[in-house]
Amino acid sequence: MTRLQRGLGQGDARLIGGNAQHVALLSAISDAAHETLPSPHRTNILLVPFAKFGRIVIGAFNDIFAANAVQGHLMVALGRTLTFQAPLRFASFVHQFEQIVLRAIPIVALISLVVGAIITQQTILQLRTFGVTIFVVDLAAILMFREIGVLLAAIMVAGRSGSAITAEIGAMRIREEFDALQVMGVDPHQALMLPRVIALVVGMPLLAFVGSMSGLAGAAIVAKFYGDIPLDIFADRLRGAMTVTSVAVGLIKAPFMGFLVGLLASIEGMKVAGSSESLGQRTTSSVVKSIFVVIVADGLFAIFFAAIGL
Amino acid sequence: MINALIPEADPAITVDGLVVKIGSRTIINGLNFDLHRREILGLIGPSGSGKSVTLRALIGLLPHAGGNVTVMGRNYAQLNRRQRVETQRNWGVLFQQGALFSSLTVKENIEFQMREHLHLSPKLRSDIAMIKLDLVGLPAAAAHSYPAELSGGMIKRAALARALALDPQILFLDEPTAGLDPIGAGKFDELIVTLRDTLGLTVLMVTHDLDSLAMACDRIVALADGKLLKAGTMAEMLQSDQPWLQEYFHGPRARNIGS
Repeated sequence: MTRLQRGLGQGDARLIGGNAQHVALLSAISDAAHETLPSPHRTNILLVPFAKFGRIVIGAFNDIFAANAVQGHLMVALGRTLTFQAPLRFASFVHQFEQIVLRAIPIVALISLVVGAIITQQTILQLRTFGVTIFVVDLAAILMFREIGVLLAAIMVAGRSGSAITAEIGAMRIREEFDALQVMGVDPHQALMLPRVIALVVGMPLLAFVGSMSGLAGAAIVAKFYGDIPLDIFADRLRGAMTVTSVAVGLIKAPFMGFLVGLLASIEGMKVAGSSESLGQRTTSSVVKSIFVVIVADGLFAIFFAAIGL
Repeated sequence: MINALIPEADPAITVDGLVVKIGSRTIINGLNFDLHRREILGLIGPSGSGKSVTLRALIGLLPHAGGNVTVMGRNYAQLNRRQRVETQRNWGVLFQQGALFSSLTVKENIEFQMREHLHLSPKLRSDIAMIKLDLVGLPAAAAHSYPAELSGGMIKRAALARALALDPQILFLDEPTAGLDPIGAGKFDELIVTLRDTLGLTVLMVTHDLDSLAMACDRIVALADGKLLKAGTMAEMLQSDQPWLQEYFHGPRARNIGS
């Protein structure tokens, strides 16, 4: 009606009838400024996939940049802590170590046990055809310690603690607690992220070892009941198959994976802005990215160790 | 440990041609004003005029794209890390939502900066925290509650106690009375004035509350579009014929302030 009135001009369109409330409403509408919003810029539908792809590529570059920035901050914080210029936050480290590492031990042990058992069962099934079931021990020894233990532990920690770290830092950003820290002259990287990252770096080898051992236990159980390999023969064979090298190769990867999980979780936490929706998105993307990066890193390590002949 | 106290300077803060950009948008474009010692300055302006951005830029949370900010006689942008921490120790900030650390109790929140920057015995820290709590008018029983258990007004007071923990020279308040009922807001204003008179604080507050402006503020700085619109006392503001100030100070909600 208002549009019609505007179009025709006040003289040609008049309101007839209606009670006082209606007239007041209509005059309020016609008094309101009638700005037309410029229609939002639409990308051609054929270009949408390219535009999205471009954004992803740029986003990936920004991530690499942010990772380096946060890494630099963490290194400075570590340096300042080691040179006693900043407090040693031992209590915070112990608390994080308990949350991130000790409380993850049962679940890491459990999934490694189950995965170890499943792999062993499948392997026995195949090896039986050739009549060399006993080689399952060699396989278990190498696979558990080199790959499965550390990888499962890393994926578990990425899901458990990566999300927790992102959510904690993100919530602190939303509630301005992060800003409050900075304003009080406390470096958030030093106070919040460093204890978590150190807990991850120190704790991951422990979790990887726990994972490997329970994977091996799962293998031993299945080998006994499914493959008819008694425990003493399993242990005997294990002595020959397992080398310090394969244990070391597995454990040396663990701190790097812990660091990657901590770094990615911190970056995603820092990206949280404003809404609780963004907190959810960032937490999800923290877990997804951590798991992805951990697996890629494992692959790169495998190539590296193969190249140097370990 | 950093124990050097910065000598009191006048003006406490000088803002000279401040430019702040967020992304490619210029939010603050050449802002100038002074914050004198022991005055309560109110920062007003329409929504989106850059009040909060100004505050965040002054306390170093946003980078300055241009201009100089001199805090307690020193150019903030040129301070080294040590001097910056010294400066940060000499100001207290009350964020709009309080920004208390939610994982710490009220008392731990107040003690936080003492634990970070000073070597005090736990007994002394605790005593100081309780004094601050009393100073802002919170019951001693609130000391051991977590921020989530407090009402909005109590959170503001607890956050103020934390801002005052290290006896700062300058206090920044971001909408201190927003979300408080008129009685609570009135008491908060009185508290700020009392603290200024007793502790010799310099206060910069971003506010929309006309009663706060009339009751507590000595001078008012009005912003519009990232620039200074007018700075002056309440009386000067009331006499201004600038249209926005006219509407602000003579609008339907401003009946009482002239009297």
